[in-house]
Amino acid sequence: MTFSHDIVIVGAGGAGLMAALYAAEEGADVAVVSKLHPLRSHTGAAQGGIGAALGNEEEDSWLWHAFDTVKGSDYLGDQDAIEQMCKDAPRTIIELEHYGVPFSRTNEGKIAQRRFGGHTRNFGEAPVRRACYAADRTGHVILHTLYEQCVKKQVRFYDEYQVLDLLMTEGGTCNGVVAYEILTGDVHTFHAKAVCFATGGYGRVFKTTSNAHAGTGDGFALAVRAGVPLQDMEFVQFHPTGLYRLGILITEGARGEGGILRNSEGERFMERYAPTVKDLAPRDMVSQCIYTEIREGRGINGKEYVHLDMTHVGKEVLEHKLPEISTFSRVYLGIDPVEQPIPVAPTCHYAMGGIPTNVDGQVVRSGDRSDIVPGFYACGECACVSVHGANRLGTNSLLDLVVFGRRTGMAMAAAIKADNKKAALSENPEKRTRDTLESIMARSDGEKAVSIRTDLQETMMKNVSVYRNDDTLAESLSDLKDLRRRVKSVTVEDKGRKFNTDLMDAVEILFMMDYAEAIAAGAKNRTESRGAHSREDFSSRDDENWLKHTLFFGKGDDGYDIEYKDVTITRFQPKERKY
Amino acid sequence: MNITVKIKRFDPEKDDAARWESYSVEADKMDRALDVLMDIKWHHDGSLTFRKSCAHGVCGSDAMKINGENKLACSVLLQDLVKEGGTLTFEPLPAASVIKDLVVDQSGFFEKYRAVMPWLINDSPAPEKERYQSAEDHEIIEEATKCILCGACTHSCPSTWADPDYLGPAALLKAYRYVFDTRDEESEERLKIVDSPNGLWKCYTIFNCVQACPKEIDITRWLSALKRKAVTTRF
Repeated sequence: MTFSHDIVIVGAGGAGLMAALYAAEEGADVAVVSKLHPLRSHTGAAQGGIGAALGNEEEDSWLWHAFDTVKGSDYLGDQDAIEQMCKDAPRTIIELEHYGVPFSRTNEGKIAQRRFGGHTRNFGEAPVRRACYAADRTGHVILHTLYEQCVKKQVRFYDEYQVLDLLMTEGGTCNGVVAYEILTGDVHTFHAKAVCFATGGYGRVFKTTSNAHAGTGDGFALAVRAGVPLQDMEFVQFHPTGLYRLGILITEGARGEGGILRNSEGERFMERYAPTVKDLAPRDMVSQCIYTEIREGRGINGKEYVHLDMTHVGKEVLEHKLPEISTFSRVYLGIDPVEQPIPVAPTCHYAMGGIPTNVDGQVVRSGDRSDIVPGFYACGECACVSVHGANRLGTNSLLDLVVFGRRTGMAMAAAIKADNKKAALSENPEKRTRDTLESIMARSDGEKAVSIRTDLQETMMKNVSVYRNDDTLAESLSDLKDLRRRVKSVTVEDKGRKFNTDLMDAVEILFMMDYAEAIAAGAKNRTESRGAHSREDFSSRDDENWLKHTLFFGKGDDGYDIEYKDVTITRFQPKERKY
Repeated sequence: MNITVKIKRFDPEKDDAARWESYSVEADKMDRALDVLMDIKWHHDGSLTFRKSCAHGVCGSDAMKINGENKLACSVLLQDLVKEGGTLTFEPLPAASVIKDLVVDQSGFFEKYRAVMPWLINDSPAPEKERYQSAEDHEIIEEATKCILCGACTHSCPSTWADPDYLGPAALLKAYRYVFDTRDEESEERLKIVDSPNGLWKCYTIFNCVQACPKEIDITRWLSALKRKAVTTRF
């Protein structure tokens, strides 16, 4: 059937709920369509904090925050957008508190703040307490509070609906989505004046990841299929401290509270690489340093991990400020961090790149920033504003979600007020979706999603992770070509209509194959090292040739085009990045 | 290790009633119970259906009955569940209508959640800064804010089994979280909702909820505090 709403938001994590709440506050009729129940969204897994220069614990300023973010981005972030985010941060956090987020408190009853990687006072002098937190479940309390407020505001939720198509008119105006109701197997059209993607990241294209199973990057694929470019996809954040082998996140807040990384010799190796901020260097650097230690034979017991030592931090801090990660360590590895160091290794964590937008969430379809796609918005991890550039600082992802979710919600509500005419739907908007589903269901010979996905994750991990070079990237592109052929024969064993998660696995691998190439191709073209993109064959940053954003245009089986767009620089001229 | 995995299955399009199916599985003792389910789905039987997402105990998707107790499949290791050659059983959460295999309908669970007005109510003009709350006042609600609404507690409660309309521990804990939040101004309205025939007084302090909670929340303790508050507010 066809549902009609002013605004349809796809994805119910922090960004989607923030956009929904602020649009609903303005009186708009808002629907949120999500493949999970909203409270299962991955924002709930964010642990350590959300950055804002509140200055509750010590002096701070939004300008210092902006500088740290620009420097952390290895100068690839757009500085106008970064300034907007850091200026908006304090009031957005205060609004979250007013909505009920139960932040941890200082002795004076203010929102408590802690140190985090790359966040400093006075333009790099020393670490600063900027991360507002609720123990080590900051994302969880934000997600729950936002959902509660959306329920209060009577936002309409369509839970467990998998969006499978983005609808555009011939003139290129976005006017809805097509979604599959997982419970019943029915296909529905959502007709809207504004569509917002808040579909999250793509960690699941890598073998080791902190991301949820749902993190299959569906929004990236739907955008590519609709002719929208993806920006800076080669910049993939590997978080330095994932639990060894499992990839489960151990927050940077652990180092913010005094945790130290040690190699097999017991050495605090980050002192050598980042003498000023040591273990609180940005994530790209720390992950690269861990890999270097391992490659040079200083992994623990000759294996591919190092130790995160919290034993000197004390039981009190672990129990009160870091209870979740203490539990993870005990449950999954049988290690009590009070007594023993935690085995950790880098884990795929965050997509710096994504669907290009301006600061109001409007999707931009070319290098010309005024060239927007009418009716189409994106925010959160799936969007690229770009505030993270080549490397995101810890605490800036939750901040990105709430700041740009809020701005996008308000911008959509304003657009509805100005003109609420929906562009007419085409004659049979569900045809493409029904054809795809029917062909998968009808296929008897073929390959299961799991084997294609496993091979995808292997090649991405082996060839496109922390260190890359021309050979590994060429190999990945050739593998991806082969996988793109194989995915055409993806098949399912479950032939039922109701709650067919086998079919959902198949559509997800189809999605993954439509954007994985953007990561590898962007990385192969970019013959420099910048932020999280570290080329063994081009180890320096090359501002002369590469201080620019990548735009990837997918063309399905016909390959892809790559274009570039300028970086916006306002106050901070690129300098060598030292910590 | 080699284990036998017994799963209570139900396909709404084929089965009149649930049936048990067994699988012989090779697994590692450090595997999560969820890893076993994924292995079966991906390599033995693609039609096996269950919910999952974060796979480390924060999203609450995979609450189910494992070896007779409600748990999150991603938060328990095989070494704590089964020995070499032993049997591991999976069933859907009890006292819930089954959609398919291990997937239950949680709409009733979330209706109860919505019934307690699970949101902060404060209509006083907002200050420019945050509303102050002392660290001690925050501590009163902190443990309750850990709840991930997985449903393991409510579906482990004999009062829920006996009376499907009972609000249940998860919704009542949410009520506690807001009644005791010093920033909230509507505790009386909320107390009226929980101080009702299907509310607090059907908690007979059986402690099943505490045992089932994957976040180790002392639910009964907080519900007892809510009972005291309800009584003292009433009289």
